[in-house]
Amino acid sequence: MAGFFERLRQGMARTREGLGDRIRTLIGGRQWSDALYDELEEILYEADLGYDAVDDILTRLKEDVRRRRPERAEEVLARLQDIMVSQLAPVAQPYRLGGQRPEVWMLVGVNGTGKTTTAGKLAERMKQQGFRVILGAADTFRAAATEQLMAWGERAGVDVVRQAEGADPAAVAFDTVKAAVARHLDLAILDTAGRLHNKRHLMQELEKIARVVGREVAGAPHQVFLVIDATTGQNGLEQARVFQDAVPVTGIVLTKLDGTAKGGVAFAIHRTLKLPIQLVGVGESLDDLMPFDPEAYVRAILGEVNLDSR
Amino acid sequence: MFDALTEKLQAVFKRMRSKGRLSEADVREALREVRLALLEADVNFKVVREFLDRVEKQAVGQDILESLTPAQGVIRIVRDELVELMGRTPERVHMAPNPPTVIYLVGLQGAGKTTVSAKLARMLRQQGRQPILVAADVYRPAAQEQLRVLGERIQVPVVGEPGKTPVELADLGIKASRRMARDVVIIDTAGRLHVDEELMRELEEMNRRVPAHEMLLVVDAMTGQDAVRVATAFRERLPLTGLIMTKLDGDARGGAALSIRQVTGLPIKLIGTGEKLEDLEPFNPERMASRILGMGDILTLIEKAEAAMDREGTQALAQKIEKADFTLDDFRAMIEQVKKLGPLSKVMEMMPGMSGQMAKLKDKVDDRSVVRIEAILNSMTKKERERPEILDGSRRLRIARGSGTTVQEVNRLIKQFEDVKKLMRQMKGKKGRARFGRMPFPPLG
Repeated sequence: MAGFFERLRQGMARTREGLGDRIRTLIGGRQWSDALYDELEEILYEADLGYDAVDDILTRLKEDVRRRRPERAEEVLARLQDIMVSQLAPVAQPYRLGGQRPEVWMLVGVNGTGKTTTAGKLAERMKQQGFRVILGAADTFRAAATEQLMAWGERAGVDVVRQAEGADPAAVAFDTVKAAVARHLDLAILDTAGRLHNKRHLMQELEKIARVVGREVAGAPHQVFLVIDATTGQNGLEQARVFQDAVPVTGIVLTKLDGTAKGGVAFAIHRTLKLPIQLVGVGESLDDLMPFDPEAYVRAILGEVNLDSR
Repeated sequence: MFDALTEKLQAVFKRMRSKGRLSEADVREALREVRLALLEADVNFKVVREFLDRVEKQAVGQDILESLTPAQGVIRIVRDELVELMGRTPERVHMAPNPPTVIYLVGLQGAGKTTVSAKLARMLRQQGRQPILVAADVYRPAAQEQLRVLGERIQVPVVGEPGKTPVELADLGIKASRRMARDVVIIDTAGRLHVDEELMRELEEMNRRVPAHEMLLVVDAMTGQDAVRVATAFRERLPLTGLIMTKLDGDARGGAALSIRQVTGLPIKLIGTGEKLEDLEPFNPERMASRILGMGDILTLIEKAEAAMDREGTQALAQKIEKADFTLDDFRAMIEQVKKLGPLSKVMEMMPGMSGQMAKLKDKVDDRSVVRIEAILNSMTKKERERPEILDGSRRLRIARGSGTTVQEVNRLIKQFEDVKKLMRQMKGKKGRARFGRMPFPPLG
């Protein structure tokens, strides 16, 4: 999983005040002092972990420090990492299909998080792995969303089922799944329109899409990815909660981690709602959509620490 | 109506002994709750710290006005300070003395630049300007197509040619504006990360060739702690003149607005409040302050009510209510008035306290139930609406059929109406005239 961390580090290297440098100057070679809790708290907050997660993590850490009385700051930091990584278990395995064919995957989320891009990349990746894939353009609301998905479909060599703008998205989903069944395909991936979770009618529309595909293929949708933008703050938690109520969300795709945002709200979502982070997006190219690696992610949140010497 | 923060603060003050004057310890304890509220709202960690230091200094030793509880007193100080920080007066998008005015929209991917471009063009056209749009996002697939579709919808020409660079497109936009006698050029740029050296340089180059009069950073209201870093980085490279905050129709509290304003000093000029192209509004610092604290947006609601309801109709209605000769016809008129405020769900969103647990109640107020009530009322004859007592079984059945509802629903409506009427009679008996200046909301849902 070196690739994942490498990419994250590249992203971080581009920032002028990378967190890595900060934590290294903070901790490097120093004696542990309780005054450093405040600094850790700040780092965790600035990564968008939110009050509950930060409070919980620091409480555990303090308890641990009281018991073990570590002397060096590095030891405390290593404990902190362990605590955080343990909260991100178990790790999900994306890019796998169960025994049933076709499987139906859905991408859901608020506006502008990268659903269409992720749908395109997922299709290309699964195709490369030898699966026969079809895409469904069920975002019939945003102007030219279908065209955007078709550009991805063309690139991946995957057909895109579409209807006119303004069509019923559930009808597009239905057509897509029907086509997947008729052509004996392995996987149908549905891109849906971005919707703010506090708009009830739009959430009902999403419920309907899931219901319709469930009627055509037993057990569908098999995967529902909630796409969350790494810049998202504490509202992400509410997003996850409401989307989970409407459709059976199976995991989080955390996009845009190549900026300076750390997407800590995904951490909060994982620990409160038990929704695993499945994939992370660290750039524009296909290879930049990667399986989630908790250890690397925690290192990215805290800044790169000399873990190799551990 | 109380929101979560007010309630929490009240609990804090209940535990305190000192009533008249706030001691340092009192204030500090209260501000711990405020801190939490601000962090929950995604205000930047450092900004929160500085902010609370300032508030603490102000609040310590303050006399709490007799009419206010200490909780409200502290909130008032906090809120006033928030408003102060975000700028007292709303800022406008300025026009150049010599047209065309060049407006750039820049920001991260997915902030809503393309949609805002079209919304801004529509707003300026409404104000009598002649805008032209430039689709300079050549990277995201179909981004140009998206703007073209939106441009068609609002009847604003869109410049966008495949194969051209963003710099060339900006140039073409200026030329097209001269040719077509357009006075505002709105340039929709590609979303980019502030750490993307190459793309940031491209924006600098565009601005050199076609200098901006307004360069607006588009920021998603859901943005967390990173907002400050993003805005600072953009500002270091580009002559930003302000912000547009999008997706405020969501339930994010939008603390990024405060953070960015505080750190960069840039004014927030406009806010996006919905998916429709007319959903772009001037920024109002007072409302934003209430929102960040989770206090709802009662100001907007009042303003909307004032704009939407016709005064004479309301007064006539109030008089009828006073005399308690309130008929189903008046009830229908009342629903009409309330409907002018917009979808009920949106109205509810603006009410204080609707953000938290009360949100569940919101689900129960379904706009469709209003439609059904209207259908029932419209299926009655004029006579029936004026004298509901004549509504017998067969009339009720006819009304149910005519409105596509059930007799039970018709019954329920009539029952509710009678309850309201009874209530009015009681109110009339108890309290004076002054009570009836305001119109009660019809019992919905």
